[in-house]
Amino acid sequence: MELCSFLTLDSFITEPLTHDFMRKALLMSSLVAAVCGFLSSYLTLKGWALMGDAVSHSVMPGVVVAYALGLPFSLGAFIFGVGSVALIGFIKQKSRVKEDTVIGLVFTGFFALGIVLVSKIKSNIDLHSILFGSPLGISLSDVKQTIFISLLVVILLSIFRKDLMLYCFDPRHAKTVGINVLFLHYLLLTCLSLAAVVGLQSVGIILVVAMLITPGATAYLLTDKFDNMTIISVLSAIISSLIGIYISFWFDLETGGSIVLAQTFIFLFAFLFAPRYGIFKLKKFFAGYK
Amino acid sequence: MESINYQNFRIDAENICVDYNGKVALYDANLRLKPGQICGLVGMNGAGKTTFFNALTGFVNISKGKIRINGESVRSAQKDQTIAYVPQNEGIDSQFPINVWDVVMMGRYGSMNIFRCPRESDVQAVKDAIERVDLTDHLSTPIGNLSGGQRKRTFLARAIAQRASILLLDEPFSGVDIRTEKLISELFIQFKNEGKTILLSTHDMIHVREFCDLVLLINKTVVAYGETSEVFTPENITTTFGGISPDFLFGPES
Repeated sequence: MELCSFLTLDSFITEPLTHDFMRKALLMSSLVAAVCGFLSSYLTLKGWALMGDAVSHSVMPGVVVAYALGLPFSLGAFIFGVGSVALIGFIKQKSRVKEDTVIGLVFTGFFALGIVLVSKIKSNIDLHSILFGSPLGISLSDVKQTIFISLLVVILLSIFRKDLMLYCFDPRHAKTVGINVLFLHYLLLTCLSLAAVVGLQSVGIILVVAMLITPGATAYLLTDKFDNMTIISVLSAIISSLIGIYISFWFDLETGGSIVLAQTFIFLFAFLFAPRYGIFKLKKFFAGYK
Repeated sequence: MESINYQNFRIDAENICVDYNGKVALYDANLRLKPGQICGLVGMNGAGKTTFFNALTGFVNISKGKIRINGESVRSAQKDQTIAYVPQNEGIDSQFPINVWDVVMMGRYGSMNIFRCPRESDVQAVKDAIERVDLTDHLSTPIGNLSGGQRKRTFLARAIAQRASILLLDEPFSGVDIRTEKLISELFIQFKNEGKTILLSTHDMIHVREFCDLVLLINKTVVAYGETSEVFTPENITTTFGGISPDFLFGPES
């Protein structure tokens, strides 16, 4: 791409849209970002960042096995994602090792298994695209899967929106009034696995946890209302995806990394300038001038 | 064996045991409470007070024994919104992005449809509850901006909105201002007159003497249980607190 061709903002935005793969990448990444952003508010409030990291890394062997067997990769990823959580719970319960240690050792174990499998199974698995994502090279069957999973997660989260909020806030009360807490726990885990599966297409396995926690953390600094938090989280995730893809297109940068970096910058901006919770507390600053 | 009409008891816990992965937290504990009774739950940290609450709400499973709530299982008590739990201030995330109204509305979730859409009656119940705890000026205040006492009253309002007949309160008086303390004690008298059953854990001797008809002293199991005037003796308290004298714990009695 010629750098001089984005002398005007208009062509900066429209030129990439003339490419089919770019339109697809922008659409798919926005969808994935929206799903991850939605889930993100729950994960950050529940304190499941490490769990998100664990699940997203643990899906690696599932993806490899599924590819090798010709199954939908989401199926393999899902099984290993949920399996890792079950294993973490089991080891934690049956040993004296602390939870964060168990999480760390289980997901690195799964991840390592995935890498070993890739090296053993000689197929057309592109390790690079699994690790770092390839939103620009997404295939039609991947598009269908992504849309299906995304819709499923959004529908589930929408139906149980309030119950999940209560579960994150006060599970004891939820249980006391007869709400099935165990179901909500596994629902959130299921959504987490599914979101990790779709997220890894955009930014890859290594960085997908950023999609699951950064937007929520950003939103948490900007509002005191849960509904607003969800909206801000989704918006910031979508905007980061668009920015990341455009930047990577024009400057020939790694797409997944660019998307996550855009999220990180938005978070830093909120961290510094959020009206109430930012370092510089702009609200107070402006109030002083009234 | 004489037959007992369990319907007479709001709470009837019989020889209950709770263990966490083999570690015993509570064993052979008994408790029977009737409508309109206020019972204090007194014990050291780690004596099983919270575990007792958790067993009654069904948050943990008991490994032995039997719990009947209004003569029925804990499960059906949950379905019927019979029990409300008011947590310790430390037990909740005060930075959670939620305001007073939404917290109190959570008291109605159990009786709403799956989408938790508030009906007219739910809105009214929430309004009334918030009014009773005197927080009408703070409907949309995030809980993070409330004082300890206001936060405690918010959760009390949630229990009121739930219209539960049994209230379990974990340290209702810790970290609250005088105004809240007065309001809570007034509410206790109203609850008693409404026939609600209250079980509260507390560290404060004076509160036990002031409000509680009954007292349950526990240290992994029941040390003593009965009328406050009979059971709440220095000897029993010393036993409960592992040999430490009550003077040392609470200051000399007045």
